Amino acid sequence: MKIIVAIKQVPDRDSQIRIDPSGKWIDESDLQYAMNESDAHALEEGLLLKEKHGGEVVVVSAGPESVGTTIREALAKGADRAIHVVADELGTLDALGVARLLAAALKDENPDLILAGLQSEDLGLGQTGVILAELLGLPHASLILQVEKTDTGFSVKRELEEGWFQTIELPTPAVLTIQSGGNKLRYATLMGIKRAKTKEVRRLAAAEIAVDSTPVAVLQQVALPRKQKSTQLLAGTAKEAAAALVEKLRFEVRVL
Amino acid sequence: MSGVLVVIEQRAGRIARINWEALAAGLRLASPSAVAAVGVGADTQELASEIATKAPSRVVAVEHPLLAPYTADGYSIALEQLIRAELPEFVVFPHTYQVRDYAPALAARFGQMLISDVTGIADGPLFTRQLMQGRLNGTYRHSGNGPCFVSVQAGAFHAGLPAFEPAAIARFTPVLEAAQIRTRPGEPFRAAAQAVDLGSAQLIVGVGRGIKGEENLPLVQELATALGAELAASRPICDNGWLPMERQVGSSGQTVAPKLYIAAGISGAIQHLVGIKGSQCIVAINKDPDAPIFEVADYGIVGDLLEVVPALTAAVKAAKQ
Repeated sequence: MKIIVAIKQVPDRDSQIRIDPSGKWIDESDLQYAMNESDAHALEEGLLLKEKHGGEVVVVSAGPESVGTTIREALAKGADRAIHVVADELGTLDALGVARLLAAALKDENPDLILAGLQSEDLGLGQTGVILAELLGLPHASLILQVEKTDTGFSVKRELEEGWFQTIELPTPAVLTIQSGGNKLRYATLMGIKRAKTKEVRRLAAAEIAVDSTPVAVLQQVALPRKQKSTQLLAGTAKEAAAALVEKLRFEVRVL
Repeated sequence: MSGVLVVIEQRAGRIARINWEALAAGLRLASPSAVAAVGVGADTQELASEIATKAPSRVVAVEHPLLAPYTADGYSIALEQLIRAELPEFVVFPHTYQVRDYAPALAARFGQMLISDVTGIADGPLFTRQLMQGRLNGTYRHSGNGPCFVSVQAGAFHAGLPAFEPAAIARFTPVLEAAQIRTRPGEPFRAAAQAVDLGSAQLIVGVGRGIKGEENLPLVQELATALGAELAASRPICDNGWLPMERQVGSSGQTVAPKLYIAAGISGAIQHLVGIKGSQCIVAINKDPDAPIFEVADYGIVGDLLEVVPALTAAVKAAKQ
Protein backbone atom coordinates (compact mmCIF):
# COMPACT_ATOMS: atom_id res chain seq x y z
CA MET A 1 0.00 0.00 0.00
CA LYS A 2 1.33 3.42 -0.90
CA ILE A 3 0.45 6.02 1.68
CA ILE A 4 1.03 9.75 1.44
CA VAL A 5 1.01 11.75 4.68
CA ALA A 6 0.72 15.54 4.48
CA ILE A 7 2.42 17.24 7.41
CA LYS A 8 2.83 20.85 8.48
CA GLN A 9 5.43 22.54 10.61
CA VAL A 10 3.86 24.91 13.13
CA PRO A 11 5.13 27.10 15.98
CA ASP A 12 5.70 24.98 19.07
CA ARG A 13 2.83 25.14 21.54
CA ASP A 14 5.08 26.63 24.23
CA SER A 15 6.55 29.34 21.99
CA GLN A 16 6.04 32.92 22.99
CA ILE A 17 3.79 34.47 20.33
CA ARG A 18 4.50 38.11 19.40
CA ILE A 19 2.84 40.13 16.68
CA ASP A 20 5.29 41.50 14.11
CA PRO A 21 5.47 45.26 13.38
CA SER A 22 3.32 44.96 10.23
CA GLY A 23 0.45 43.69 12.39
CA LYS A 24 -0.30 41.13 9.70
CA TRP A 25 1.52 38.12 11.10
CA ILE A 26 3.57 36.94 14.06
CA ASP A 27 7.24 37.61 14.64
CA GLU A 28 8.96 34.42 13.51
CA SER A 29 12.49 35.40 14.52
CA ASP A 30 12.88 33.23 17.62
CA LEU A 31 10.05 30.77 17.34
CA GLN A 32 10.51 27.09 18.10
CA TYR A 33 8.81 24.75 15.62
CA ALA A 34 7.19 21.35 15.85
CA MET A 35 5.17 18.93 13.76
CA ASN A 36 1.48 19.80 13.89
CA GLU A 37 -0.10 17.45 16.43
CA SER A 38 -2.87 15.89 14.34
CA ASP A 39 -0.39 15.50 11.46
CA ALA A 40 1.85 13.50 13.81
CA HIS A 41 -1.14 11.22 14.48
CA ALA A 42 -1.75 10.95 10.71
CA LEU A 43 1.89 9.93 10.25
CA GLU A 44 1.56 7.37 13.03
CA GLU A 45 -1.56 5.89 11.42
CA GLY A 46 0.30 5.66 8.10
CA LEU A 47 3.27 3.91 9.72
CA LEU A 48 0.96 1.43 11.50
CA LEU A 49 -0.80 0.60 8.22
CA LYS A 50 2.53 0.07 6.48
CA GLU A 51 3.77 -2.21 9.25
CA LYS A 52 0.60 -4.29 8.92
CA HIS A 53 0.16 -4.40 5.17
CA GLY A 54 3.56 -3.48 3.70
CA GLY A 55 4.21 -0.69 1.23
CA GLU A 56 5.59 2.80 1.43
CA VAL A 57 4.96 5.96 3.44
CA VAL A 58 5.78 9.23 1.69
CA VAL A 59 5.51 12.51 3.59
CA VAL A 60 4.75 15.76 1.81
CA SER A 61 5.11 19.19 3.37
CA ALA A 62 4.91 22.75 2.08
CA GLY A 63 6.88 25.54 3.71
CA PRO A 64 10.24 27.30 3.92
CA GLU A 65 13.67 25.69 4.42
CA SER A 66 13.04 25.33 8.16
CA VAL A 67 10.43 22.67 7.38
CA GLY A 68 13.37 20.35 6.67
CA THR A 69 13.71 19.54 10.39
CA THR A 70 10.09 18.38 10.61
CA ILE A 71 10.50 16.30 7.44
CA ARG A 72 13.63 14.66 8.94
CA GLU A 73 11.66 13.89 12.09
CA ALA A 74 9.01 12.10 10.00
CA LEU A 75 11.70 10.17 8.14
CA ALA A 76 13.38 9.26 11.43
CA LYS A 77 10.09 7.86 12.72
CA GLY A 78 9.86 5.58 9.70
CA ALA A 79 8.59 7.40 6.60
CA ASP A 80 10.42 6.14 3.51
CA ARG A 81 10.88 9.35 1.55
CA ALA A 82 9.63 12.92 1.40
CA ILE A 83 8.52 15.67 -0.93
CA HIS A 84 9.26 19.22 0.23
CA VAL A 85 7.32 21.92 -1.59
CA VAL A 86 9.61 24.85 -0.88
CA ALA A 87 7.37 27.85 -0.27
CA ASP A 88 8.91 30.74 1.65
CA GLU A 89 5.77 32.74 2.11
CA LEU A 90 3.42 30.04 3.36
CA GLY A 91 1.65 32.60 5.52
CA THR A 92 0.39 34.44 2.46
CA LEU A 93 -1.38 31.34 1.13
CA ASP A 94 -4.78 30.14 2.22
CA ALA A 95 -5.76 26.47 2.62
CA LEU A 96 -6.94 26.37 -1.00
CA GLY A 97 -3.56 27.64 -2.23
CA VAL A 98 -1.67 25.10 -0.08
CA ALA A 99 -3.93 22.25 -1.20
CA ARG A 100 -3.35 23.24 -4.84
CA LEU A 101 0.43 23.08 -4.31
CA LEU A 102 0.17 19.69 -2.61
CA ALA A 103 -2.16 18.33 -5.31
CA ALA A 104 0.31 19.40 -8.01
CA ALA A 105 3.23 17.87 -6.10
CA LEU A 106 1.36 14.55 -5.79
CA LYS A 107 0.06 14.28 -9.31
CA ASP A 108 2.42 11.48 -10.40
CA GLU A 109 2.37 9.57 -7.11
CA ASN A 110 -0.88 7.58 -7.48
CA PRO A 111 -1.19 6.60 -3.81
CA ASP A 112 -3.74 4.20 -2.31
CA LEU A 113 -4.33 6.47 0.65
CA ILE A 114 -3.63 10.09 1.58
CA LEU A 115 -3.63 11.06 5.25
CA ALA A 116 -3.53 14.58 6.67
CA GLY A 117 -4.01 16.04 10.11
CA LEU A 118 -7.46 17.42 10.83
CA GLN A 119 -6.43 20.97 11.56
CA SER A 120 -3.28 23.03 11.97
CA GLU A 121 -2.43 24.51 15.35
CA ASP A 122 -1.42 27.85 13.83
CA LEU A 123 -4.08 28.93 11.30
CA GLY A 124 -6.61 26.29 12.30
CA LEU A 125 -8.54 26.48 9.03
CA GLY A 126 -9.06 22.71 9.17
CA GLN A 127 -9.55 22.18 5.46
CA THR A 128 -6.38 21.31 3.59
CA GLY A 129 -7.01 17.54 3.51
CA VAL A 130 -10.65 17.87 2.45
CA ILE A 131 -9.81 20.37 -0.31
CA LEU A 132 -6.97 18.11 -1.47
CA ALA A 133 -9.49 15.25 -1.86
CA GLU A 134 -11.76 17.50 -3.91
CA LEU A 135 -8.90 18.69 -6.16
CA LEU A 136 -7.71 15.12 -6.75
CA GLY A 137 -11.26 13.84 -7.32
CA LEU A 138 -11.01 11.37 -4.43
CA PRO A 139 -13.55 10.40 -1.75
CA HIS A 140 -12.73 11.53 1.77
CA ALA A 141 -13.72 11.28 5.39
CA SER A 142 -12.69 13.65 8.17
CA LEU A 143 -12.16 13.49 11.95
CA ILE A 144 -10.88 9.92 11.69
CA LEU A 145 -9.49 8.10 14.71
CA GLN A 146 -8.74 4.64 13.29
CA VAL A 147 -8.20 3.15 9.85
CA GLU A 148 -8.67 -0.52 8.87
CA LYS A 149 -7.89 -1.85 5.41
CA THR A 150 -10.70 -3.88 3.81
CA ASP A 151 -10.83 -5.90 0.57
CA THR A 152 -12.10 -2.94 -1.41
CA GLY A 153 -10.78 0.04 0.48
CA PHE A 154 -10.97 1.26 4.06
CA SER A 155 -13.21 1.10 7.09
CA VAL A 156 -12.65 4.09 9.34
CA LYS A 157 -13.86 5.27 12.74
CA ARG A 158 -15.09 8.85 12.56
CA GLU A 159 -15.62 11.06 15.58
CA LEU A 160 -18.95 12.86 15.83
CA GLU A 161 -19.86 15.46 18.40
CA GLU A 162 -20.56 14.84 22.11
CA GLY A 163 -18.96 11.41 22.39
CA TRP A 164 -20.59 9.75 19.40
CA PHE A 165 -18.79 7.85 16.63
CA GLN A 166 -19.55 6.36 13.25
CA THR A 167 -17.94 3.81 10.95
CA ILE A 168 -17.51 4.81 7.31
CA GLU A 169 -16.54 2.57 4.39
CA LEU A 170 -14.54 4.14 1.56
CA PRO A 171 -13.09 2.76 -1.66
CA THR A 172 -9.41 3.17 -2.47
CA PRO A 173 -7.82 5.60 -3.22
CA ALA A 174 -9.18 7.93 -0.55
CA VAL A 175 -8.20 10.90 1.59
CA LEU A 176 -8.63 10.86 5.38
CA THR A 177 -8.09 13.69 7.83
CA ILE A 178 -6.93 12.34 11.17
CA GLN A 179 -8.05 13.51 14.59
CA SER A 180 -5.52 13.56 17.46
CA GLY A 181 -5.60 10.78 19.99
CA GLY A 182 -6.61 7.73 17.94
CA ASN A 183 -3.14 6.23 18.24
CA LYS A 184 -0.04 6.57 20.42
CA LEU A 185 2.81 8.52 18.88
CA ARG A 186 6.16 6.76 18.64
CA TYR A 187 9.55 8.34 19.27
CA ALA A 188 12.27 8.25 16.66
CA THR A 189 14.99 5.74 17.51
CA LEU A 190 18.70 6.55 17.22
CA MET A 191 18.87 4.12 14.30
CA GLY A 192 15.87 5.86 12.73
CA ILE A 193 17.51 9.27 13.07
CA LYS A 194 20.68 7.91 11.44
CA ARG A 195 18.77 6.32 8.58
CA ALA A 196 16.73 9.45 7.97
CA LYS A 197 19.88 11.26 6.79
CA THR A 198 20.16 8.98 3.76
CA LYS A 199 16.48 9.00 2.77
CA GLU A 200 15.30 10.83 -0.33
CA VAL A 201 13.82 14.32 0.03
CA ARG A 202 12.58 15.60 -3.32
CA ARG A 203 12.45 19.38 -3.43
CA LEU A 204 9.95 21.24 -5.56
CA ALA A 205 9.94 25.02 -5.71
CA ALA A 206 6.44 26.36 -5.19
CA ALA A 207 7.20 29.07 -7.74
CA GLU A 208 7.79 26.43 -10.41
CA ILE A 209 4.52 24.62 -9.76
CA ALA A 210 2.09 26.39 -12.04
CA VAL A 211 -0.93 26.74 -9.79
CA ASP A 212 -2.99 29.75 -8.90
CA SER A 213 -2.30 30.33 -5.24
CA THR A 214 -3.71 33.84 -4.91
CA PRO A 215 -5.64 33.73 -1.63
CA VAL A 216 -9.41 34.10 -1.67
CA ALA A 217 -9.37 34.61 2.09
CA VAL A 218 -6.87 37.35 2.86
CA LEU A 219 -5.55 37.71 6.40
CA GLN A 220 -5.60 41.49 6.92
CA GLN A 221 -4.55 41.84 10.50
CA VAL A 222 -3.75 39.89 13.65
CA ALA A 223 -4.41 41.14 17.17
CA LEU A 224 -4.47 39.94 20.74
CA PRO A 225 -7.96 38.84 21.72
CA ARG A 226 -10.01 41.16 23.85
CA LYS A 227 -10.90 39.75 27.22
CA GLN A 228 -14.46 38.50 27.56
CA LYS A 229 -14.33 38.87 31.31
CA SER A 230 -12.18 40.91 33.64
CA THR A 231 -10.04 38.35 35.37
CA GLN A 232 -8.94 39.04 38.93
CA LEU A 233 -5.36 37.86 39.02
CA LEU A 234 -4.26 36.59 42.40
CA ALA A 235 -0.58 37.31 42.87
CA GLY A 236 2.09 36.21 45.30
CA THR A 237 3.64 32.86 46.09
CA ALA A 238 1.67 29.68 45.41
CA LYS A 239 0.61 29.64 49.06
CA GLU A 240 -0.48 33.30 49.10
CA ALA A 241 -2.38 33.00 45.84
CA ALA A 242 -4.09 29.82 47.04
CA ALA A 243 -5.14 31.51 50.30
CA ALA A 244 -6.48 34.51 48.36
CA LEU A 245 -8.45 32.22 46.05
CA VAL A 246 -10.00 30.33 48.96
CA GLU A 247 -11.17 33.67 50.39
CA LYS A 248 -12.83 34.48 47.04
CA LEU A 249 -14.42 31.04 46.81
CA ARG A 250 -15.83 31.41 50.33
CA PHE A 251 -17.08 34.97 50.32
CA GLU A 252 -17.62 35.96 46.67
CA VAL A 253 -18.42 32.73 44.83
CA ARG A 254 -19.82 31.11 47.99
CA VAL A 255 -19.02 27.57 47.07
CA LEU A 256 -16.93 26.68 50.12
CA MET B 1 -24.65 37.58 -7.17
CA SER B 2 -26.59 38.76 -4.21
CA GLY B 3 -28.17 37.57 -1.03
CA VAL B 4 -27.26 35.04 1.63
CA LEU B 5 -27.93 31.33 1.96
CA VAL B 6 -27.74 29.93 5.48
CA VAL B 7 -27.48 26.15 5.58
CA ILE B 8 -29.32 24.74 8.61
CA GLU B 9 -28.32 21.35 9.97
CA GLN B 10 -30.57 18.85 11.65
CA ARG B 11 -28.96 16.27 13.91
CA ALA B 12 -30.90 13.46 15.54
CA GLY B 13 -34.14 15.20 14.55
CA ARG B 14 -33.15 18.42 16.27
CA ILE B 15 -32.00 21.86 15.10
CA ALA B 16 -29.32 22.96 17.56
CA ARG B 17 -28.94 26.57 18.66
CA ILE B 18 -25.78 27.09 16.58
CA ASN B 19 -27.97 27.00 13.46
CA TRP B 20 -30.00 30.01 14.60
CA GLU B 21 -26.71 31.73 15.46
CA ALA B 22 -25.62 31.10 11.85
CA LEU B 23 -28.88 32.63 10.70
CA ALA B 24 -28.20 35.66 12.92
CA ALA B 25 -24.75 35.91 11.30
CA GLY B 26 -26.40 35.76 7.88
CA LEU B 27 -28.57 38.72 8.86
CA ARG B 28 -25.39 40.74 9.45
CA LEU B 29 -24.53 40.31 5.78
CA ALA B 30 -27.76 41.32 4.04
CA SER B 31 -31.20 42.68 4.72
CA PRO B 32 -33.74 40.10 5.98
CA SER B 33 -35.52 39.86 2.62
CA ALA B 34 -32.28 38.68 1.02
CA VAL B 35 -31.50 35.95 3.57
CA ALA B 36 -32.79 32.46 2.79
CA ALA B 37 -32.45 29.44 5.08
CA VAL B 38 -31.68 26.07 3.55
CA GLY B 39 -32.67 22.65 4.89
CA VAL B 40 -31.22 19.47 3.39
CA GLY B 41 -32.54 15.90 3.59
CA ALA B 42 -34.44 12.97 2.14
CA ASP B 43 -37.71 14.16 3.65
CA THR B 44 -37.56 17.83 4.57
CA GLN B 45 -41.21 18.57 5.33
CA GLU B 46 -40.90 18.83 9.12
CA LEU B 47 -37.43 20.35 8.97
CA ALA B 48 -38.54 23.04 6.51
CA SER B 49 -41.61 23.91 8.58
CA GLU B 50 -39.51 24.30 11.70
CA ILE B 51 -36.99 26.48 9.88
CA ALA B 52 -39.87 28.56 8.44
CA THR B 53 -40.91 29.62 11.96
CA LYS B 54 -37.62 31.52 12.36
CA ALA B 55 -36.36 32.29 8.85
CA PRO B 56 -36.69 35.91 7.75
CA SER B 57 -38.11 35.47 4.25
CA ARG B 58 -37.60 32.22 2.46
CA VAL B 59 -36.79 28.57 3.14
CA VAL B 60 -35.31 26.34 0.47
CA ALA B 61 -35.84 22.63 1.12
CA VAL B 62 -33.18 20.65 -0.74
CA GLU B 63 -34.72 17.23 -0.96
CA HIS B 64 -33.56 13.95 -2.49
CA PRO B 65 -33.76 10.33 -1.26
CA LEU B 66 -29.95 10.09 -1.46
CA LEU B 67 -29.48 12.97 1.02
CA ALA B 68 -30.06 10.70 4.03
CA PRO B 69 -27.92 9.62 5.66
CA TYR B 70 -25.46 12.50 5.38
CA THR B 71 -22.53 12.01 3.01
CA ALA B 72 -19.97 14.61 1.95
CA ASP B 73 -20.52 13.67 -1.70
CA GLY B 74 -24.32 13.97 -1.55
CA TYR B 75 -24.26 17.30 0.27
CA SER B 76 -21.51 18.80 -1.91
CA ILE B 77 -23.24 17.85 -5.16
CA ALA B 78 -26.71 18.97 -4.03
CA LEU B 79 -25.58 22.27 -2.55
CA GLU B 80 -23.33 23.03 -5.51
CA GLN B 81 -26.41 22.82 -7.75
CA LEU B 82 -28.43 25.03 -5.40
CA ILE B 83 -25.69 27.65 -5.21
CA ARG B 84 -25.30 27.71 -9.00
CA ALA B 85 -29.04 28.25 -9.30
CA GLU B 86 -29.29 30.90 -6.55
CA LEU B 87 -25.94 32.71 -7.06
CA PRO B 88 -25.75 34.06 -3.50
CA GLU B 89 -23.02 36.45 -2.42
CA PHE B 90 -22.54 34.60 0.88
CA VAL B 91 -23.15 31.04 2.05
CA VAL B 92 -23.17 30.73 5.85
CA PHE B 93 -22.90 27.50 7.87
CA PRO B 94 -22.81 26.56 11.55
CA HIS B 95 -19.27 25.34 12.30
CA THR B 96 -20.20 21.74 13.12
CA TYR B 97 -18.28 18.52 12.54
CA GLN B 98 -20.56 17.82 9.56
CA VAL B 99 -19.88 21.22 7.99
CA ARG B 100 -16.14 20.72 8.51
CA ASP B 101 -16.51 17.49 6.55
CA TYR B 102 -18.10 18.82 3.35
CA ALA B 103 -18.07 22.64 3.21
CA PRO B 104 -14.35 22.91 2.31
CA ALA B 105 -14.93 20.56 -0.67
CA LEU B 106 -18.08 22.44 -1.66
CA ALA B 107 -16.25 25.78 -1.57
CA ALA B 108 -13.35 24.33 -3.59
CA ARG B 109 -15.86 23.49 -6.36
CA PHE B 110 -16.26 27.27 -6.76
CA GLY B 111 -12.54 28.00 -6.45
CA GLN B 112 -13.30 29.31 -2.97
CA MET B 113 -12.17 28.57 0.57
CA LEU B 114 -14.40 28.39 3.62
CA ILE B 115 -13.61 31.19 6.08
CA SER B 116 -14.07 28.79 8.96
CA ASP B 117 -15.02 29.10 12.62
CA VAL B 118 -15.78 32.84 12.45
CA THR B 119 -16.38 34.62 15.76
CA GLY B 120 -17.30 38.07 14.50
CA ILE B 121 -18.38 40.02 11.43
CA ALA B 122 -17.57 43.72 11.03
CA ASP B 123 -18.36 46.16 8.22
CA GLY B 124 -16.59 45.37 4.96
CA PRO B 125 -17.37 42.63 5.68
CA LEU B 126 -14.36 41.65 7.76
CA PHE B 127 -14.46 38.25 9.41
CA THR B 128 -12.71 37.56 12.69
CA ARG B 129 -11.46 34.09 13.54
CA GLN B 130 -9.03 32.67 16.06
CA LEU B 131 -5.44 31.78 15.27
CA MET B 132 -2.75 29.99 17.25
CA GLN B 133 -5.21 27.99 19.35
CA GLY B 134 -7.04 31.11 20.47
CA ARG B 135 -3.93 33.12 21.40
CA LEU B 136 -4.55 35.56 18.51
CA ASN B 137 -7.47 36.86 16.50
CA GLY B 138 -7.12 37.24 12.76
CA THR B 139 -9.22 39.49 10.54
CA TYR B 140 -10.01 38.10 7.09
CA ARG B 141 -11.36 39.72 3.95
CA HIS B 142 -12.86 37.75 1.08
CA SER B 143 -11.24 38.45 -2.27
CA GLY B 144 -11.99 37.09 -5.69
CA ASN B 145 -15.03 36.27 -7.73
CA GLY B 146 -17.60 33.87 -6.50
CA PRO B 147 -19.63 33.28 -3.40
CA CYS B 148 -17.99 33.80 -0.02
CA PHE B 149 -18.29 30.71 2.22
CA VAL B 150 -18.31 31.31 5.98
CA SER B 151 -18.88 29.05 9.00
CA VAL B 152 -19.62 30.49 12.44
CA GLN B 153 -18.41 29.32 15.81
CA ALA B 154 -20.89 28.09 18.45
CA GLY B 155 -21.87 30.91 20.80
CA ALA B 156 -20.30 33.70 18.74
CA PHE B 157 -23.57 35.23 17.52
CA HIS B 158 -26.72 35.82 19.50
CA ALA B 159 -29.40 33.30 18.49
CA GLY B 160 -32.26 35.59 19.52
CA LEU B 161 -33.79 36.45 16.15
CA PRO B 162 -36.40 39.10 15.50
CA ALA B 163 -39.89 37.77 14.80
CA PHE B 164 -40.61 37.50 11.10
CA GLU B 165 -43.71 36.57 9.17
CA PRO B 166 -43.70 32.80 8.53
CA ALA B 167 -41.35 32.22 5.61
CA ALA B 168 -42.36 30.75 2.27
CA ILE B 169 -41.01 27.26 1.58
CA ALA B 170 -39.64 26.42 -1.84
CA ARG B 171 -38.43 22.97 -2.83
CA PHE B 172 -35.22 22.31 -4.72
CA THR B 173 -34.62 18.84 -6.16
CA PRO B 174 -30.98 18.22 -7.05
CA VAL B 175 -29.88 15.77 -9.72
CA LEU B 176 -28.10 13.05 -7.81
CA GLU B 177 -27.24 9.43 -8.60
CA ALA B 178 -26.33 6.64 -6.21
CA ALA B 179 -23.01 6.02 -7.99
CA GLN B 180 -21.89 9.58 -7.17
CA ILE B 181 -21.88 8.79 -3.47
CA ARG B 182 -18.60 7.04 -2.85
CA THR B 183 -18.67 6.54 0.91
CA ARG B 184 -20.91 4.26 3.01
CA PRO B 185 -21.69 5.78 6.40
CA GLY B 186 -22.72 3.58 9.35
CA GLU B 187 -25.13 4.37 12.16
CA PRO B 188 -23.76 6.63 14.90
CA PHE B 189 -22.79 4.79 18.09
CA ARG B 190 -21.51 5.62 21.54
CA ALA B 191 -18.35 3.94 22.76
CA ALA B 192 -19.64 3.23 26.26
CA ALA B 193 -22.47 4.30 28.48
CA GLN B 194 -21.55 7.56 30.19
CA ALA B 195 -21.08 6.51 33.79
CA VAL B 196 -19.97 9.97 34.86
CA ASP B 197 -22.48 12.76 34.43
CA LEU B 198 -20.39 15.90 34.59
CA GLY B 199 -23.30 17.93 33.22
CA SER B 200 -25.01 18.10 36.60
CA ALA B 201 -21.85 18.50 38.73
CA GLN B 202 -21.77 21.70 40.82
CA LEU B 203 -18.03 21.82 41.34
CA ILE B 204 -15.49 20.60 38.79
CA VAL B 205 -11.71 20.51 38.72
CA GLY B 206 -10.51 20.21 35.12
CA VAL B 207 -6.96 19.20 34.32
CA GLY B 208 -4.96 19.75 31.12
CA ARG B 209 -1.53 19.34 29.59
CA GLY B 210 0.05 21.40 32.37
CA ILE B 211 -0.09 18.31 34.58
CA LYS B 212 2.86 17.05 32.49
CA GLY B 213 2.66 13.37 33.50
CA GLU B 214 0.21 10.76 34.70
CA GLU B 215 2.16 10.48 37.95
CA ASN B 216 1.05 14.00 38.89
CA LEU B 217 -2.68 13.29 38.60
CA PRO B 218 -3.12 12.54 42.34
CA LEU B 219 -2.42 16.27 42.96
CA VAL B 220 -5.60 17.34 41.15
CA GLN B 221 -7.55 14.35 42.43
CA GLU B 222 -6.72 15.47 46.00
CA LEU B 223 -7.93 19.00 45.23
CA ALA B 224 -11.18 17.60 43.77
CA THR B 225 -11.68 15.42 46.84
CA ALA B 226 -11.01 18.32 49.22
CA LEU B 227 -13.59 20.45 47.39
CA GLY B 228 -16.06 17.62 46.91
CA ALA B 229 -15.73 18.23 43.17
CA GLU B 230 -15.79 15.98 40.11
CA LEU B 231 -12.54 15.54 38.23
CA ALA B 232 -12.62 16.40 34.50
CA ALA B 233 -10.01 16.78 31.79
CA SER B 234 -9.22 18.39 28.47
CA ARG B 235 -8.82 16.17 25.43
CA PRO B 236 -5.05 15.49 25.53
CA ILE B 237 -5.32 13.95 28.99
CA CYS B 238 -7.97 11.47 27.80
CA ASP B 239 -6.13 10.88 24.51
CA ASN B 240 -3.13 9.79 26.56
CA GLY B 241 -5.34 7.42 28.52
CA TRP B 242 -4.54 9.15 31.83
CA LEU B 243 -8.25 9.63 32.54
CA PRO B 244 -11.19 7.86 30.86
CA MET B 245 -12.98 9.53 27.94
CA GLU B 246 -16.09 9.95 30.06
CA ARG B 247 -14.27 12.67 32.01
CA GLN B 248 -13.50 14.69 28.89
CA VAL B 249 -15.03 18.16 28.66
CA GLY B 250 -15.32 20.08 25.40
CA SER B 251 -16.72 19.78 21.90
CA SER B 252 -15.86 16.11 21.64
CA GLY B 253 -16.75 15.38 25.28
CA GLN B 254 -19.32 16.62 27.79
CA THR B 255 -20.72 20.11 28.24
CA VAL B 256 -20.73 21.32 31.84
CA ALA B 257 -22.39 24.14 33.77
CA PRO B 258 -21.09 24.03 37.34
CA LYS B 259 -21.03 26.80 39.94
CA LEU B 260 -17.24 26.52 39.94
CA TYR B 261 -14.86 25.24 37.28
CA ILE B 262 -11.18 25.20 38.15
CA ALA B 263 -9.08 24.85 34.99
CA ALA B 264 -5.68 23.56 36.07
CA GLY B 265 -3.03 23.58 33.36
CA ILE B 266 -5.62 23.99 30.61
CA SER B 267 -4.60 26.53 27.96
CA GLY B 268 -8.15 27.17 26.82
CA ALA B 269 -8.40 26.05 23.19
CA ILE B 270 -11.84 26.76 21.78
CA GLN B 271 -12.70 23.05 21.73
CA HIS B 272 -12.46 23.05 25.52
CA LEU B 273 -14.01 26.48 26.11
CA VAL B 274 -17.26 25.57 24.31
CA GLY B 275 -17.71 22.83 26.92
CA ILE B 276 -17.26 25.09 29.98
CA LYS B 277 -18.77 28.41 29.01
CA GLY B 278 -21.93 27.68 31.00
CA SER B 279 -19.88 27.71 34.22
CA GLN B 280 -20.84 30.43 36.73
CA CYS B 281 -17.28 30.95 37.90
CA ILE B 282 -14.09 29.90 36.16
CA VAL B 283 -10.72 29.81 37.93
CA ALA B 284 -7.64 29.43 35.74
CA ILE B 285 -4.30 28.15 36.99
CA ASN B 286 -1.68 28.32 34.26
CA LYS B 287 2.00 29.14 33.97
CA ASP B 288 1.47 31.06 30.71
CA PRO B 289 -0.05 34.49 31.45
CA ASP B 290 -1.08 34.74 27.77
CA ALA B 291 -3.02 31.46 27.77
CA PRO B 292 -6.52 32.03 26.33
CA ILE B 293 -8.12 30.48 29.41
CA PHE B 294 -7.46 33.80 31.20
CA GLU B 295 -9.79 35.52 28.72
CA VAL B 296 -12.77 33.70 30.16
CA ALA B 297 -11.61 33.25 33.76
CA ASP B 298 -13.10 35.15 36.69
CA TYR B 299 -10.04 34.46 38.85
CA GLY B 300 -6.58 33.58 37.71
CA ILE B 301 -3.35 32.38 39.24
CA VAL B 302 -0.28 32.56 37.03
CA GLY B 303 1.96 29.75 38.16
CA ASP B 304 2.93 26.12 37.85
CA LEU B 305 -0.02 23.95 38.79
CA LEU B 306 2.37 21.46 40.40
CA GLU B 307 3.01 24.13 43.07
CA VAL B 308 -0.30 25.97 43.09
CA VAL B 309 -2.64 22.97 43.26
CA PRO B 310 -1.13 21.39 46.40
CA ALA B 311 -1.16 24.83 48.08
CA LEU B 312 -4.81 25.24 47.11
CA THR B 313 -5.70 21.78 48.42
CA ALA B 314 -4.10 22.64 51.76
CA ALA B 315 -5.92 26.01 51.90
CA VAL B 316 -9.28 24.39 51.07
CA LYS B 317 -8.78 21.75 53.75
CA ALA B 318 -7.86 24.42 56.29
CA ALA B 319 -10.93 26.49 55.36
CA LYS B 320 -13.25 23.52 55.76
CA GLN B 321 -11.98 22.59 59.23
